[in-house]
Amino acid sequence: MRVVIEKISKTFEDGSGGQTEALRDINLSNEENEFLVVVGPSGCGKSTLLNIVAGLLPATSGRVIFEGIPDTSRPHTAVVFQEFALFPWRTVERNVLYGPEERGLPRKERREIAQYYIDLVGLTGFEKKYPHQLSGGMKQRVSIARALANDPWLLLMDEPFSALDAQTRTIMQDELSQIYEKTHKSVLYITHNIQEAVFLGDRVAVLSRRPGRVREVIPIDLPRPRQEQIAMDPQFLAYADQIWGHIRDQAKEALAEEGL
Amino acid sequence: MSEDCQARSGAVVQDKTAFMVRREHRLLSLIFILALFGVWELIVRLGLVSPLFLPAPSAILITGYKMALSGEIFRHIGASLWRIFWGFSCAAVIGTLVGILLGFFSVAESIGNPIIASTYPIPKIAILPLLILWLGIGEYSKIAVIGLGVFFPMVINVYTGVRNADPVLIKAAVSLGSSRRRIILKVILPSALPMIFAGLKLGIGIALLLVVAAEMIAADAGIGFMILTSADLMQTTKLMFGISILSMLGLIFSWLIDRLERLCIPWKE
Ligand SMILES: Nc1ncnc2c1ncn2[C@@H]1O[C@H](COP(=O)(O)OP(=O)(O)OP(=O)(O)O)[C@@H](O)[C@H]1O
Ligand SMILES: [Mg+2]
Repeated sequence: MRVVIEKISKTFEDGSGGQTEALRDINLSNEENEFLVVVGPSGCGKSTLLNIVAGLLPATSGRVIFEGIPDTSRPHTAVVFQEFALFPWRTVERNVLYGPEERGLPRKERREIAQYYIDLVGLTGFEKKYPHQLSGGMKQRVSIARALANDPWLLLMDEPFSALDAQTRTIMQDELSQIYEKTHKSVLYITHNIQEAVFLGDRVAVLSRRPGRVREVIPIDLPRPRQEQIAMDPQFLAYADQIWGHIRDQAKEALAEEGL
Repeated sequence: MSEDCQARSGAVVQDKTAFMVRREHRLLSLIFILALFGVWELIVRLGLVSPLFLPAPSAILITGYKMALSGEIFRHIGASLWRIFWGFSCAAVIGTLVGILLGFFSVAESIGNPIIASTYPIPKIAILPLLILWLGIGEYSKIAVIGLGVFFPMVINVYTGVRNADPVLIKAAVSLGSSRRRIILKVILPSALPMIFAGLKLGIGIALLLVVAAEMIAADAGIGFMILTSADLMQTTKLMFGISILSMLGLIFSWLIDRLERLCIPWKE
């Protein structure tokens, strides 16, 4: 399985004839079992790209191809949104059950799947709680479990931890990394946090400021499984510095342009 | 680092928001209501006003008791409830369906919204003569006028509820494999539930108003009919009892809807 993002461009048109070019000629591929991170400055079109891959937004041109998918019963993608997007009227368990329900799996199998992923994200015992009874970190765990329970070929995550406080965020990064070790899903992960990108990614694609183009794709050659301490590793810091270099250039260009 | 509690002097910080704490003064409510009735009773007993204009609470109670014994009051309550039930429940179901259609399908919205906007402001009781012409003077015209009255707040509330459904939840459902039809059932409907109940609460008040109005125009039973004939015969106690029944029905209805809401929306704290 391989996901190919081929020459994707996106221009938004607002009602009054104005245009916003969000993405220009994006070429990327997501190999099987690969954790691909996309970083880029705010507003460069990261969410737009993810929504296009998820089939939630039409591209202006270009296409997204899922290569080599033999069985059609599994969905192509599942999304973990920045805003959690949990169904407030469903308990934790029934949120996780949503995908398997829609896929029409037998009742017993659904329950087993839901329980497996609830346990995986460490929410055992919270099955009957409603989302409003959970903390931000727990909500995002539910959202991750819900996406995984649908067994997608590609897991899409749009800044899933950016609404969390710094401590919770560090813990969640660690746990996501462990979940990745267990499931080895293909992941397309969006963030604007450089540390997070290096910590989680097999490769990091750096987008330019708007219109977003791929500036550089950097393979992160750090051993897995990765622990929190790796953030002190000189190699880790070198990667972070390299990415920061690209993004800083973008920011400077933006400033210079405004100065004109 | 614990410091001992010593004798200290100086300004102690006070909670300046203490007045914002709301308490329930249940006993006070009860006492006040009883006192009100007491004064009322006293005024009538002392002959300050004629019982013809303002009967004493005790007289109203006794009249009510007699009407209950003879079964007369139940005939009227039954007739009114029956009309409310059919008018209200048909309109609630149809209004919800139409509201969802208008909110979800842009074609339905373009067709339906101008019609709703232009018919909504008409006072429904003004249509009753027309409805009587069409449906006869019997039950159907009364049920129809109640239905019309309930239909509009239902449609408008449900429509708003559907339009305000969080788009990210719809996206989440799509990404988890829901079809459009399933999304209406599994995302739109629960999202709109609080607004559906807001519509029901508005609607039940309107239903009560319209049933009384319709019964005053043309009926041979019902609380509205009873109130009007009592007034014609100067039976003020009976009239007042009819009014108290309406007040009680209103309370019971909103209590029932509240219970139902809590049952249907358990995720709302
Ligand atoms: N529906 C839309 N209509 C018009 N313009 C849009 C729309 N959605 C996004 N845009 C614009 O497209 C650009 C890219 O938006 P996008 O949300 O993809 O950025 P992002 O990289 O995810 O930003 P952030 O880091 O803040 O999440 C922005 O300039 C945004 O204003
Ligand atoms: Mg974004």
